Amino acid sequence: MNTADVTITIDGRAVTVVRGISVAAALINDGMHTFRSSVTATSRGPLCGMGVCYECRLEIDEVAHRRACLVTVTDGQRINTGQRPRQ
Amino acid sequence: MKSGERHDAIVIGAGIVGAACARTLSRDGLKVLVLDAAFAGGGTTAAGMGHIVLMDDSPEQLALTAYSAELWRELTPVLPRSVEMDPCGTIWVAEDDAQMDAVREKQRTYAAHDIPSETLSAARLHGLEPNLRSGLAGGLLVRGDAVLYPPAAALWLLEKARENGATIRESCRVDEIINGAVRVGTEVIEADVIVNAAGAEAGTLAPALPIVPRKGHLAISDRAPGFCRHQLVELGYLTSAHVMTNESVAFNVQPRSTGQVLIGSSRELVGWDGATNRRVLARMLERARLFMPGLSHLSIVRTWTGFRPATIDKLPLIGQYAANQWVAAGHEGLGITTSLGSAEILADLVAGRTPAIHAMPFSPMRSAVAAA
Amino acid sequence: MTADVAVIGAGPAGIAAATRAAQAGMRVVLLDESPRAGGQIWRHRTTAGLPKMARQWIARLAQSGAIVAASTAVVDAARDAEGFVITCERDGQALTVRAASIILATGARERFLPFPGWTLPGVIGVGAGQALLKAGTSFRGKRVVISGSGPLIMPVAAALSHGGARVLFVAEQAARSTVMPFVLGLMTRPLMMVQAAAYRAAFMRTPYRFGSWVCAARGDGHVEEVDITNGHVTTTIACDVLCAAFGLLPNTELARLLGCAVAYGSHVIDETQRTTQDGIYSAGESTGVGGVDLALVEGEIAGLSAAGKDARAYFRRRDALCALSRSMERAFAPRAEVLALARSDTIVCRCEDVALGSIRREWTPRQAKLYTRAGMGACQGRVCGAALELIYGWPPDTVRLPAEPALFSTLIANSATADVPLGQGD
Ligand SMILES: Cc1cc2nc3c(=O)[nH]c(=O)nc-3n(C[C@H](O)[C@H](O)[C@H](O)COP(=O)(O)OP(=O)(O)OC[C@H]3O[C@@H](n4cnc5c(N)ncnc54)[C@H](O)[C@@H]3O)c2cc1C
Ligand SMILES: Cc1cc2nc3c(=O)[nH]c(=O)nc-3n(C[C@H](O)[C@H](O)[C@H](O)COP(=O)(O)OP(=O)(O)OC[C@H]3O[C@@H](n4cnc5c(N)ncnc54)[C@H](O)[C@@H]3O)c2cc1C
Ligand code: FES
Repeated sequence: MNTADVTITIDGRAVTVVRGISVAAALINDGMHTFRSSVTATSRGPLCGMGVCYECRLEIDEVAHRRACLVTVTDGQRINTGQRPRQ
Repeated sequence: MKSGERHDAIVIGAGIVGAACARTLSRDGLKVLVLDAAFAGGGTTAAGMGHIVLMDDSPEQLALTAYSAELWRELTPVLPRSVEMDPCGTIWVAEDDAQMDAVREKQRTYAAHDIPSETLSAARLHGLEPNLRSGLAGGLLVRGDAVLYPPAAALWLLEKARENGATIRESCRVDEIINGAVRVGTEVIEADVIVNAAGAEAGTLAPALPIVPRKGHLAISDRAPGFCRHQLVELGYLTSAHVMTNESVAFNVQPRSTGQVLIGSSRELVGWDGATNRRVLARMLERARLFMPGLSHLSIVRTWTGFRPATIDKLPLIGQYAANQWVAAGHEGLGITTSLGSAEILADLVAGRTPAIHAMPFSPMRSAVAAA
Repeated sequence: MTADVAVIGAGPAGIAAATRAAQAGMRVVLLDESPRAGGQIWRHRTTAGLPKMARQWIARLAQSGAIVAASTAVVDAARDAEGFVITCERDGQALTVRAASIILATGARERFLPFPGWTLPGVIGVGAGQALLKAGTSFRGKRVVISGSGPLIMPVAAALSHGGARVLFVAEQAARSTVMPFVLGLMTRPLMMVQAAAYRAAFMRTPYRFGSWVCAARGDGHVEEVDITNGHVTTTIACDVLCAAFGLLPNTELARLLGCAVAYGSHVIDETQRTTQDGIYSAGESTGVGGVDLALVEGEIAGLSAAGKDARAYFRRRDALCALSRSMERAFAPRAEVLALARSDTIVCRCEDVALGSIRREWTPRQAKLYTRAGMGACQGRVCGAALELIYGWPPDTVRLPAEPALFSTLIANSATADVPLGQGD
């Protein structure tokens, strides 16, 4: 692992990502499209990229409904989208 | 200018109380016109919690809430999904042994009225609601209580009235109630029965009616399914509601069918100032956090205020107060619950029938109210 | 913490305002909910790629003595006897800032309009493409279609191309004929023309069509193809990402919470950038969408005015840029067709999944909310409310505290006057 990298867990899976990027970027780069399931259970991902639409909400370090586009990745961060079972 | 229309009854206000009255009066065959200054269900009915709850501040209050809750139970199978009727029950939460004594007392009162309830030990309470803090003494579970979504309930009641031939006019403010008629701007609409169901504004429309606005704050969280499963109310809530102090708060938390948590409640006598009072809101949230520390991690998406139509003895005004003039208003913090019972009583009195429960305590001419 | 001037929003306008006010001797704090200062245009993970002007302003800000607090969302602001109390949330903690005056530089968001398929993951905004790219999202090899309106399309298409995306098609909804007057107006600003040409060069081979727009997106769990139309001919394009938004819209929630007048969707201001409330100024996109140059000069004026200094020397430059921005607004106004893309089963309120067909035109926004939940969700109508303002001609709904969702604990701290120490931002 490069010192410019950090390791986060996405739905229980360890992923190494570039330091300083947003959680939203980390998930998209990891190939994830669905960040949350809407109230009628349809898939949703980031829309605005700037904290307005709340479509990128997911659980970060046990706090629900955080906006992935506004949060920077940190080492050891746990992200849970509820889309895949936790391991 | 007299309008050519002729109605048997005019109901002023399309809140939950007016809607319920329109339904019972039209069911009795009266030709009903409902007038609302704004829109259906948009007054206090849109600001409240929608807890269908038995309350025993006085025997009369218990009689009216029990009667009404029974009527809601009868309707439950036919209510549409939009009304979000959820028979989640209430838990009255006791902080210490003294309050546990009050819980047992409450249980005896309920039992005497054939209302089932269960006392909960501290461990049972914790098992049912793990997000309550530890160290609480226990509680009382009232399974028959429920939660619904008040604006949708009002819309449904109006729909039933419409099916019985009632007409609803929105954006139509009644300026004055006159003998056997109401005045809307320059238009005069006549009817034999005029029902003032203008909620907290009933007293503005008819100054003889002693109804004052009692402000309340609420806050709603983002979705947190399973955070609580019953409506949770501290035992001290009754005192908060009973004593007409200028400002009080009580722990009162409700699970919504959306998975959100609705947090109340405060009571203030500050006239018609509807602005959010940050200090009162913070006090109210702090009180709730004292009982449920985990609330700290929920986010609040919106806060708002509403005006309970309050009377001096905490009982609504239901009945006739002048020739052709009737009232169904002043339900304070219980109007969602007591709307159905009130509407039955009003229709019975209008038709000359004997209501199912004693109506005298709710008479607008009763001494407690007349003296105020 | 206590400041003379609190600047909310660290885009170009906020940076210029904070810098000028601090240079004039004020104690200034600059608050922004993003992890980095810079706003929509200058927010970068490194300053290396930034234009010279941005680097200059960022250096000036650093020397000015203003305190920058990033990742700090302002969730409430109110006036009390001593000035303003601003409640913020940072890393889950409440922060209270007291200030004698406020400069609102809250910028703009994108205007989204519903069309069939717009809720599919992979359908994002136009500025959103740029914002996600800057935040480290890789677009390398992705097939991108852009459907939008206004000058913002150019830098976004250029940036995505530089980032390795294959930009397949760019649709500008405005007709060439309505855009021409604006382009001619630009002739007097050769620098802007050069800039536009440079952007275009970056996606030279991509078709760029006026008078065309997206009308549907399809895909299984993710966008896979989109329909682009010009009203006569509709073409289907396979893609991985669709960028679709129709211009920008000022953020006015905080201003309305503070009682400042808003007209035509922007903060009402006087020539010193003061709002209709004493002690509250506004600069940048929040006063109307006008681009970075206008945001900067407005910020300078607001910063000086809040410091009690004379800013008249800047008025002429601002007024000229304002005229340009008004001509831009006319040129890129959304056409009727893009307001009619949603079908009755198309979701309008994405937070609560409310379809257009269940929202009646004759209602007020409050009725829509109470009867259908539209606008009741986490974004509090920032997306659907703005769309319905255009589709149904509705007024905006009222703003209530908090200005954006806030933790329970933050709102409890909200009434406290106790100072919470505020660390230095990055
Ligand atoms: C914070 C809070 C929490 C509450 N929680 C609960 C609860 O959990 N359970 C419960 O049972 N109750 C609760 N309540 C109480 C309940 O909401 C009210 O008692 C009930 O809504 C009153 O209904 P209403 O129809 O009398 O009044 P409203 O809903 O206010 O209806 C009155 C209508 O009259 C109209 N009107 C007024 N003046 C005129 C005029 N001149 N002409 C024409 N129309 C007019 C208004 O536009 C309005 O629509 C709560 C109240 C508050 C404020
Ligand atoms: C998505 C997008 C992309 C753009 N791309 C370009 C481009 O490539 N080229 C170009 O010339 N112009 C671009 N523009 C236009 C350009 O952003 C503006 O001209 C300029 O940035 C305006 O500066 P500003 O300071 O007014 O607003 P902004 O740059 O939008 O800054 C406002 C800041 O306020 C913050 N904020 C808002 N509300 C709160 C709150 N409650 N609490 C804390 N912080 C808050 C936001 O996080 C943001 O950082 C873009 C605009 C947008 C919206
Ligand atoms: S993508 Fe819109 S809030 Fe994050």
